[in-house]
Amino acid sequence: MQLSRDALTRAYRQMKTIRLFEDRLHDEIALGEIAGFTHLYAGQEACAVGVCEHLGPDDYIISTHRGHGHCIAKGCDVEAMMKEIYGSSDGLCKGKGGSMHIADVGVGMLGANGIVGAGAPIAVGAGITAKSNGTVSICFSGDGACNQGTTFEAMNMAVVLKLPVIFVFENNHYSEHTGEAYAVGAESMTTRAAAFGMKAVKANGIDFFDVYQTIGELIEWCKAGNGPASIELDCERFFGHFEGDPQRYRGEGELERIRAERDCLTTFRTKVTEAKLLEGADLDQIDEEVTALIDRAVAQAKTAPRPTPADVTQDVYISY
Amino acid sequence: MAVKMIRDVIRDTIDEEMARDDSLIMLGEDIVGGNGSAGGPEAIGGIWGTSGGLWAKYGGDRVIDTPISESAIIGAAAGAALTGKRAIAEIMFADFIGVCMDQIWNQVAKFRYMFGGKSRCPIVIRMPYGAGYNAAPQHSQAIHQFVTAMPGLKVVMPSTPADTKGLLTQAIRDDDPVIFLEHKFLYAVKGEVPDGDYTIPFGHARQVTQGDDITILATGMMVGMAETAAKTLAQDGVGCDLLDLRTTSPLDEEAILDSVERTGRLLIVDEAPPRCSLATDLSSLVAHKAFASLKAPIEMVTPPHSPVPFARELESAYLPSPDRIAAAAARLLSYRRG
Repeated sequence: MQLSRDALTRAYRQMKTIRLFEDRLHDEIALGEIAGFTHLYAGQEACAVGVCEHLGPDDYIISTHRGHGHCIAKGCDVEAMMKEIYGSSDGLCKGKGGSMHIADVGVGMLGANGIVGAGAPIAVGAGITAKSNGTVSICFSGDGACNQGTTFEAMNMAVVLKLPVIFVFENNHYSEHTGEAYAVGAESMTTRAAAFGMKAVKANGIDFFDVYQTIGELIEWCKAGNGPASIELDCERFFGHFEGDPQRYRGEGELERIRAERDCLTTFRTKVTEAKLLEGADLDQIDEEVTALIDRAVAQAKTAPRPTPADVTQDVYISY
Repeated sequence: MAVKMIRDVIRDTIDEEMARDDSLIMLGEDIVGGNGSAGGPEAIGGIWGTSGGLWAKYGGDRVIDTPISESAIIGAAAGAALTGKRAIAEIMFADFIGVCMDQIWNQVAKFRYMFGGKSRCPIVIRMPYGAGYNAAPQHSQAIHQFVTAMPGLKVVMPSTPADTKGLLTQAIRDDDPVIFLEHKFLYAVKGEVPDGDYTIPFGHARQVTQGDDITILATGMMVGMAETAAKTLAQDGVGCDLLDLRTTSPLDEEAILDSVERTGRLLIVDEAPPRCSLATDLSSLVAHKAFASLKAPIEMVTPPHSPVPFARELESAYLPSPDRIAAAAARLLSYRRG
């Protein structure tokens, strides 16, 4: 798939936005500015953006506790997301959900989710709608969620009902603090997905172009009525499971090595500049613009309106 | 008005709503039945006979037979409802809620709240519940106490054919998630059902009998037992104000408090065990808000704190009965402050 200059620029901007959003949160959380649990997506940007650059507002995604990247990639408003993470009543979810529950159904983003593996059944339901309107439903999961029974139920039901659902397993090699080599009993999550009777492929989650190409083919295949598919993306998580995680499960020098050798943004920059698709200066310009965007988002979030006690009981029901 | 059994009212109501609203779908185990077998589709039509003929009429994209996967059933209904459909999910026995509790409790019930009021999840989760069939501990339970305790859910427990139509129609058209609890033992109960479009708003109790001596609160199968007891008591000149709560969430507090303020005596009949239950919840409500009206301690007729047993003698001993209700009424009437 040949990407236009505009498409490449947009993809880079999306990935960079996710990276700087997460890097900045890492800093702000260390300052004690942000309440609750936060799970950062940095390192996995090529996965979210490689998938979502194929999608329109009528396609659906569902995400995980590590959901900021998917939200940004699917088109959630970055400033409203930052306000949500800061707990503002102007946040995308009015301060009711926070980092783990950011959603914007209006752009087809059916929610980050605090329960590992809970998204897969919901993605099957979005697949029922997708089947009736010619779109696709994407379930982002990790190597942790791939072991949940809900994921098994969902994969089987998607096959039985022949739904346009793609199970995207971002394999960052750690389910929380436990290695994939221990927790995934099958030869791989891909062979296991194939055993459910669906098309199951792998791609290099560090390489935007490989993700984009491979998922693009799967989306076409699913939209053609062939039923669900799965894709395993080999990728890296640059931070801990949660912010504050001392990451004692990592090998010596592991973080430094993956940051130096397996950074999807560096990989993208090298590829597009060597192929003379974009100039380094173009990318630098985007870096500056995204930095300004994140600065603005944080500044706004810090001074945004706070919810009041009366808000606690709002939006429990539509009518009661 | 036609006379129908509750199981037929459920089927006909779903049929009418599916005809009225193209976005309505239905999912569950064996709601079609026979798929992939020599007998072919529609071999079952729901093990309770509540979906016969719907698959043939509306097709497999709307009447969706699923594998035995309760989490995926609820999740699929929820995902479809979040994205513009209306969905009815059938859980074959309410006891199976344990398998799919996360999807109900952490997902469906919380979407709207977590998402800042910007989503809508119009889903009805139908669950046949209750004892009376000697179906043993895992196929006989009342589960309304769990779901009533969950913010974000509405909980409906009809006891008559007419109410089943009005409340199910209301549930399907409601934009919030609704748990619709159908007592298995009531499926064959017959009664008059209004013709045409008929809805009953949630949060309005039904006055079953009127009286000034004792307020009795009941739901589901307990309503009939309480009515039987009330008739016996009436022969002895005791007037019972029997309220069928119809919905436990929202709850018709006003009707309950008005009645207790008039009678001064409260008897709660509940099919769930007594700890942290609907009975204790209602008791707390009245003790808090109508304390001055009470002439006697609140009586609760419930099963004991045990699982539902299998053997006929044991199940009968477990369940409330008209006799136990009448005995509790007698205690209320004979109470004198010491």
